[in-house]
Amino acid sequence: MSNLGKWSRRGFIAGGVVAGGGLVIGVALRQGDRRGDVISSVTTDGDELLNIWVKINEAGEITAIVPHSEMGQGAQTALAQMLADEMDAKWSDVGFEEAPASDDYANWALGKGFILGDAAVPEALVPTVDGAFYQVAKAMRLQITGGSASVRTTGVHGMRVAGAAAREMLIKAAAGKWQVAESELSTSESVITHAGSGRTATYAELASSAALFSPSPTPKLKDISEFKIMGKHVERHDIPSKVDGTAEFGIDAQVPGMQYAAIKAAPVFGSAVASLDSSKAKQRVGVTQVVNLGDAVAVVASGYWVAEQALKDVDVKWTKTSNDGVSTESMREQFHNDITNAAADGTSTADTELGDFASAFAGADRILEATYEVPFLAHACMEPMNATASVNGDFCEVWVGAQNPLGFRYEVATALDLDPENVTIHQHFMGGGFGRRSNADSAIQAAMIAREVGTPVKLIWSRAEDMQHDIYRPGVSSKFRAAVAADGQVLAWDNVYHEKHEPAEAPVIPYAITAQHIHHTESPTHLPFGPWRSVDHSQHGFFTEAFFDEVAEAAGEDPYQLRRKLLKDKPRHLKVLDLAAEKAGWGEPIAQGKGRGISLQESFGSLVAQVVDVTLTDGNIGVDRVVCAIDAGFAVSPDGVAAQMESGIIYGLSAAMYGEVSVENGAVQQTAFHDYPVTRMQDSPAIETYIINSGEAIGGAGEPGTPGIAPALTNAIYQATGTRVRKLPVSQYDFNYRIEETAGII
Amino acid sequence: MITFTLNGSEQSLDIDSNTPLLWALRENLQLTGTKFGCGVAQCGACTVHLNGQAIRSCVTPLAAAQGSAVTTIEGLASTEGAMHPVQEAWVAEQVPQCGYCQSGQIMSAVALLEQNSNPDDAAINAAMSGNICRCGMYGRIRKAIKRAAGESVVGVFDPKANNPQEA
Repeated sequence: MSNLGKWSRRGFIAGGVVAGGGLVIGVALRQGDRRGDVISSVTTDGDELLNIWVKINEAGEITAIVPHSEMGQGAQTALAQMLADEMDAKWSDVGFEEAPASDDYANWALGKGFILGDAAVPEALVPTVDGAFYQVAKAMRLQITGGSASVRTTGVHGMRVAGAAAREMLIKAAAGKWQVAESELSTSESVITHAGSGRTATYAELASSAALFSPSPTPKLKDISEFKIMGKHVERHDIPSKVDGTAEFGIDAQVPGMQYAAIKAAPVFGSAVASLDSSKAKQRVGVTQVVNLGDAVAVVASGYWVAEQALKDVDVKWTKTSNDGVSTESMREQFHNDITNAAADGTSTADTELGDFASAFAGADRILEATYEVPFLAHACMEPMNATASVNGDFCEVWVGAQNPLGFRYEVATALDLDPENVTIHQHFMGGGFGRRSNADSAIQAAMIAREVGTPVKLIWSRAEDMQHDIYRPGVSSKFRAAVAADGQVLAWDNVYHEKHEPAEAPVIPYAITAQHIHHTESPTHLPFGPWRSVDHSQHGFFTEAFFDEVAEAAGEDPYQLRRKLLKDKPRHLKVLDLAAEKAGWGEPIAQGKGRGISLQESFGSLVAQVVDVTLTDGNIGVDRVVCAIDAGFAVSPDGVAAQMESGIIYGLSAAMYGEVSVENGAVQQTAFHDYPVTRMQDSPAIETYIINSGEAIGGAGEPGTPGIAPALTNAIYQATGTRVRKLPVSQYDFNYRIEETAGII
Repeated sequence: MITFTLNGSEQSLDIDSNTPLLWALRENLQLTGTKFGCGVAQCGACTVHLNGQAIRSCVTPLAAAQGSAVTTIEGLASTEGAMHPVQEAWVAEQVPQCGYCQSGQIMSAVALLEQNSNPDDAAINAAMSGNICRCGMYGRIRKAIKRAAGESVVGVFDPKANNPQEA
């Protein structure tokens, strides 16, 4: 059992969110104007803070204060677009900065603060929590970038409202100054004009007087037809610094007097240092100290390379644990037994129960059965985990790239028993996040080492450490049964799985199958688990959409056409599916040795359909092309959405083709990219993304591209090879031989 | 004492000459644009040029730089500060996401283009396969290389020209 424990969102809410008398998870919210609390932390001389999301300085520069981290998803630019458009600001005047790790920027403040008044917290704001997040949540401090939520929550409920409110305040200021009606004023390109008199004033000129008004929580927002910046391609602000080497990632922090640390944590999670001989390591020139953190050993030296070399000289014995015998195979067996037993003895928990399940199976002409499996996965961010910390008495500073900087602040404070007020997080760019950088583990380690040695310390994990001490996407097994009538009608869908986390709807299928029973049980392991791009959708997208193709075959239907048939009451789904199919040329003849597969996935408020083309060459699968269609409601940044689809697809493709974290003797085996391969240039398919602006509520983009690639891929592989891939990764299959895994149709 | 030319200037370092060039650049010379990704030459994040060749600085000892010319991402811009054409192409194609691997990607691409001014897809695969991008921007990298080579990218799928459809 992980020391992070299990969690449930219901428990989480009952534990502090809803029961908190309207004050959501302890963040001290004030209705109306909250400027006073943050004004000192985000303004410098000459800045007037209009409200907490935007400031204007005397030079006319408009700065959006973005409470989300940048890990490549481009959300900061998209959020600035939303604010600037509602404000009628000139785009070239608009910059942004990341909000400080302050309670007033906690995501929950957004839901319950001046933006929404007393409205309920939107579902999307309930974070994609895992055990690690839960610890943070228990500390009631959340400033998370995750859940593909930046644009659809902060943007929709925060930035647009803030921009519109700012515009109204500026208009009020001009109306007062000129003694004219507000209705006679117009705004454009950061200038207010009174047409009647020809008077104009810039936003910069009006900023001081506008700041005296309280922002309206319900300003008038633009109609889509009035958008000037939203929905247009703008270049991302962070890109120039990322092509000339000047972008500062956490690992690039420079602190005077800093030493460097390399670390090795207990190979088996839950184990601890039993004995330690550091005498040989300390002989190496440059080594200053060897620090025992209890569950890890760190070497501190004048340079990272020296520290890393010396770490190999430290002789550590680790305590035995009850997990020392755990292996990939033992966990698979455990998962299989737990889901089988839960289904048999009725102890599973239902997600969905629809229709007369028993009679649907009793009346079936064919019953289809299959078990699907996915392995544990590492995030393998390009930038290994690291943090730089300095501890002086009761004060601590941490330089790090965090998906939840506010949570890091409280976690570091808790770990070092410091007042959170005395902990400062210096947020940096993240060299990949994907969920991994929501966990403060390396920041806590760095702070503990820095306190021990008395100088600032930059802690860098080796690639092997990063692989072996990740917060993993769990390994999951999922068992399916489907009932099909003699005429091909799909009568029932039965699914039992383990590892239910977030989002709750991940295993739910959109298809109109009358009888459905989707249920889950628990099967905990000692490996820590956490959010991995698209979280539970990363496994259920594969499971449900791959098994659906088996059902289609049993029903004698084309997989695309059966999806269409069972989505006839869901026009939005159909349109996305049809667009991908049409652009990919679905229905054209497929040559021998080639395959084409399709998938549809709704996640994080967006609909994504993918069609994948593969070629079988000498027993190996090559992925030629991916056609992707997405309806995210409205694409604020169309090229940003396309980039996220490309990125999500390659991330999911790496996992589907190669990704597997294996365990022997309780310890993770992978160390680098030779035993944890990822997609490289020569394996990467051509990707085409087509966007639909349906005008529905804005959905996410960072994650929805990931879940659908694995099933579309394996469905294509089936056509090319005749093998149903029911267990990822694909690389373990030898397609020179046709594999029949389970009995299939009974 | 190891003496070499770094981004066009003479440089001397009196440290353990076994130190990988990566750490000498990052820690002793504060050139942090070159990144640590794996330490075992599998990911390419640490790619720099040694006498014009793309090398993995994480497994190249400082001693190997003796008397040689080393170029890092910080040395690509012109002396007037103008971006290198490959960097400009990277901006035009909006390549980076997290950006961490991009110094290495760009250094590999520049070395490729210096040896092959018009690389085809196979040449791009061969030169770039040692550089991992976990954000998966391979398609944009390929296009940016072709753009920098002056090759027409007409006919290649362009997400920026692909305007959203109204429902």
